[in-house]
Amino acid sequence: MKNSHERDDEHHEKMDDVNLKESFSLSRDALGRLVFCDQEGWEHIDVKPIRIFPISDPEHWIAICDADGNEVICIEDLNQLPGQVRHLLLEELGVREFLPIIKKIMGISSRFEPSAWHVETDRGETCFILNDEDDIHRLSTYRILIIDAHRIRYLIPDMRRLDSASRRVLAHYI
Amino acid sequence: MSENREFPVEFQAQINGLLSEGEIPLAWFAPDLDSRLHYAYGLVVLTNRALISIQPRPQAKHHAFSPSFISKFLRRTKKGDVPDSDRVFKTWSLTSIVSLRASEHKGIGTLHLLDTSHLLTPWKFTTSQKIYAHHLAERFLDIKESAQEKTALTSSLPETTTGVPRDGGNAVLLDYAPAAAPPPARSLFRLFKFARPWTGMIILGFLLSVGSIAAGLVPPYITMPLLDKVLIPYQSGKTVDFHQVGWYLFGLAGAALLAWLLGWARTYVLAWVSERVSANLRTITYTHLHRLSIEFFGQKRTGDLISRVSTDSDRICYFLSVSLLEFGSDVLMIIMTAGILLSINPFLALVTLCPFPLVLWLTHRVRTILRRGFSLGSRAWADMTSVLADTIPGIRVVKAFAQEQREIDRFQECNTRILQANDRINTTWSFFGPMVTLLTDAGLLVVWIFGAWQVFQHHITVGVLTAFLAYIGRFYARLEAMIKMVSAVQRTAASAHRVFEILDRVPSVPEVVNPVVPGRFRGEIEFCNVGFRYGSRQVINNVNLKIRPGEMIGLVGPTGAGKSTLINLVCRFYDVFEGAIMVDGIDIRRFSIEGYRHNIGMVLQESFLFYGSIAENIAYGKPDATRSEIVKAARAACAHEFILRLPDGYDTLAGERGQFLSGGERQRIGIARALLIDPAILILDEATSSVDVETEKEIQRALENLVQGRTTIAIAHRLSTLRRADRLVVIERGQIIEVGRHAELLEKQGSYARLHRVNLEMAQSMAQ
Repeated sequence: MKNSHERDDEHHEKMDDVNLKESFSLSRDALGRLVFCDQEGWEHIDVKPIRIFPISDPEHWIAICDADGNEVICIEDLNQLPGQVRHLLLEELGVREFLPIIKKIMGISSRFEPSAWHVETDRGETCFILNDEDDIHRLSTYRILIIDAHRIRYLIPDMRRLDSASRRVLAHYI
Repeated sequence: MSENREFPVEFQAQINGLLSEGEIPLAWFAPDLDSRLHYAYGLVVLTNRALISIQPRPQAKHHAFSPSFISKFLRRTKKGDVPDSDRVFKTWSLTSIVSLRASEHKGIGTLHLLDTSHLLTPWKFTTSQKIYAHHLAERFLDIKESAQEKTALTSSLPETTTGVPRDGGNAVLLDYAPAAAPPPARSLFRLFKFARPWTGMIILGFLLSVGSIAAGLVPPYITMPLLDKVLIPYQSGKTVDFHQVGWYLFGLAGAALLAWLLGWARTYVLAWVSERVSANLRTITYTHLHRLSIEFFGQKRTGDLISRVSTDSDRICYFLSVSLLEFGSDVLMIIMTAGILLSINPFLALVTLCPFPLVLWLTHRVRTILRRGFSLGSRAWADMTSVLADTIPGIRVVKAFAQEQREIDRFQECNTRILQANDRINTTWSFFGPMVTLLTDAGLLVVWIFGAWQVFQHHITVGVLTAFLAYIGRFYARLEAMIKMVSAVQRTAASAHRVFEILDRVPSVPEVVNPVVPGRFRGEIEFCNVGFRYGSRQVINNVNLKIRPGEMIGLVGPTGAGKSTLINLVCRFYDVFEGAIMVDGIDIRRFSIEGYRHNIGMVLQESFLFYGSIAENIAYGKPDATRSEIVKAARAACAHEFILRLPDGYDTLAGERGQFLSGGERQRIGIARALLIDPAILILDEATSSVDVETEKEIQRALENLVQGRTTIAIAHRLSTLRRADRLVVIERGQIIEVGRHAELLEKQGSYARLHRVNLEMAQSMAQ
C-alpha cells in the first residue's frame, strides 16, 4: 500500500514538469470504458474523471481516478490536452455528473418543510422534496445549492438571474 | 525583584520601624486567622535578611486588628489607632529557617515555618490570602536555592521578564476579576459613545421630531377661532365670513400633512441611526470577544456569550429605534402641550394638569414592582436557556441513559418559574394600564366640569374649552405610552449592562506597545524558568528547555502533568507567570500576537471544521491560497483521495450543517490546514488519539510530511506516535523530570521506562 503511494507521489512531481500532451493517452475500449495509459505504458482500465472543484471552478482541475478511486493524474487546465482527449473527458463528465441548474421555481407546496418544489432546470422540469431549510446552502452571496430529500443537488448559479416569482420563494429561505 | 504591593495601612508604620537599613521586603502576606481559626489579622514579611511576623496578642480584641477594608466598613477605629502593645513581633533570621511550606485543606491554608527539627510556627489563612502565601513561600525557596548555589541573585535569573511590565501577582487573575458593575442607568448613558459618529443625523432627527410634534399641535389651536369666530356666531344667527372657514380648514389639512411628512422623515432618520449604533455595538463586542484569551471562554457558557452579542444588542437596537424615539417625542409633546395650555389660560391649565403628579407617583411605584418582576423573569429565562444549552449538545448522553423524562421535568420546572414571574408582572400591569386610563378620564372630567363652569362665568369661550379637551386627550394618551417605556428602559438597561460586561473585560494576553513583527522564524524555542498557575494552583514550575530549529520534541507524562498548558503557553493562549519563553532569542511577549501565531501551526485532538467547503476549511489559515496550494496541502496530508470521493470534491460542504466526515478524515483536513500555512513551529496536541489504530497509521503518514523541517512539539498518550521524535521530554507535576532519546530513557529505568512498559502491556493485552 505504502509503496504504491510513494510511487504515486513521484509520479505527480514528474507530471508537473512534463508536457501533459505527451505524458499519457486516453481511449475508450470496446466495453465503453475509459482506458488510461501513462508514460511508462501502465494501463488503467475503467478510469473516471472527477471535477475537483465542481462548483467553484468546474472548468479546471479534473482528476482521473482508477477503478479503486485512486487518483492517477490531475489536470489543472483542460486546454493543455490534445483535442480528442479533452473531448473524451468532457463527454464522460457530461454523462457522469448530475447537477441540475434551476432556472425557475414554478411553485412550492408549502412554506413549511417538508415541502415539494416544482422547478424548471436546464435538464427539464422536475419535482423534489425539501426536507429541511438547512438543506438550502448559500455558497456565496447569490449562489445557492439546494439538496433534496434524496441528497440530489440542484444549483442556482446566480439568484439575481431568476425571475421575480422564484426570487420571492427563495427570499423566504435566504 | 522586590515586593511591589503596598503594606496594609495599619501595619505600615510598624513594619517600617522594624526594617533595618538595607533590608528590602521581598514578599508579604496577611494571615487572617489565628490558631483556633478565629479571625485575627496579622502580617508576615519576607525580607532579604529575615522573616518578620506581626500577630495580634491572643487576648486582644479582634476588631482592633481588622484590616483597613473592614474597619472602613465598620467605621470603627481610625488608622494607626492600634497600640503596639497589642501586637506580638517575631523575627527569624533566614539562616535559622530550614523550610517554609504552604499547604491548604478545604479552604483553610497553613504556612508552616520549620527549622531543622521543629515546627516553629504555623500561620493560618483563608483562601483570599492563598496566592500571597504561596508566593512568599516560593520567594523564600528562591533565596535559599540561590544562597546554596553561591551565585548572585541577579545573574542566576536571566533578565527576561523585562519585555512586558506587569504586576506579577495579579496578572493571571485579570480575566477572572469581575468587571466593576456600574449602575444600569449608567450603562444606558454609555451607549451615547457609540452614537457619536452619527451626531449630525441625530440632531437632524431631533429637529424633525420637534417640527413634527409642533405641526401635530397646530390643529386644536385652529379649532379655537373656527368655533369662536365662525361656527358659534353663525349658530346664533350672525353673518360670518365663509372665506375664513376655508382658510381654517386649509390650515388643518396643511398641519396634518406637515405632521405626516415630518413624522415620516423623523422615524426614518432615527431608525437609520439606531440601526447603525447597534450594528456598531455588535461589531465592537464581537471584535472584543476575539481579543480575549482562551481563559475567558472557559469561564462563560457559550449560549450566554451568543445571547449577549445577538439578543442583547438587538434589544438595545429596538430600544434606541422604537422606545427611545417615542419617549423623546412624548416628552417634547408633553412639554409643548403644557406650554400651549398655559399660554391660552393658565388657570384652566393648572386644574387640567393636577392629576399629572398622581400619575407620576403611580408610575414610580409600579416601576419598582415591575423591576423586581422583570429581573426574576429574566433569571428564570436564563435558567431555561441553560437547560437547553445543556441538554441539546448532550442529547446522546440523555438518550443513552434514558433520562428524557427527567430533562423534560427540569425544563418544565424552569418554564413554570417563568410563568409565575410573568404572571406577577401581568398582575401589576393589568391593574396599572386601566388605572392610568381611569386617571385620564378623571382628568378629562375635571376639565369638563371646570371648563363648563368657566364658560357659564364667561371667562372662556367654547372654542377654548374644545381646544383644551383636544390637547388634554393627546396629553394623557402620550402619558400612557410613556409609562410603557418604564419596562423597556428596565430591560434595555439590563441588556446594555450585559454587553458592557464583555467590553470592560481586559484581555489577559496583552499586546505590547511597540511589538516586534516577526518574519519567518528559524524555529528555536527556549523555555527559561517558566512558571504558570491557574489561580493559585501551580501548573508549570521552573521549566527549562531549549529546542533546536527543526527538532521534534515529544511531551510525555500523565494526564494533568501540564503538557497541554505548556503548549498553550507556547501558543500564547496564556502568558507565562514567571520566566519567559523565547523564540529565536526574543521573548514571545514582544511579538505582535497575530504575527507570532502566523508562524505556528496546530493540529488538535479534534480538528474543528467550520461551515463551508472543504477547500475553505483547508485554506482557513490562509484565505488567499490558490487552488493548487490547497490541492498540494491536501495531497501531503493524505486527504486528497477521500476528498475526491465526496459528492462535490473540494467544494463539498463540511462543518456543523455539512457533510459528515469521520474523525480520521477531519484530522487529515486539520493537518492539511496546518501544512498550508507552512508554519515554522508545529504543535501536535494528541493529534492521533481520537482515532483508531488503523486510521492512526494513515494520519501518521500525513504527519510525517508535516513535521519535516519544522520545530515540532507533540503530545501523545500512545508512545508509538512519538517514534520519530528527536527527544522525549517527560513531565510530571509541572516539571521536567527526564529528557532524552527513546533508547536513552529506557536505559535510565525512570518514569519513561515505566510508561513505556505500561504502553507495551496494553498493546499486548489488546493483541491477545
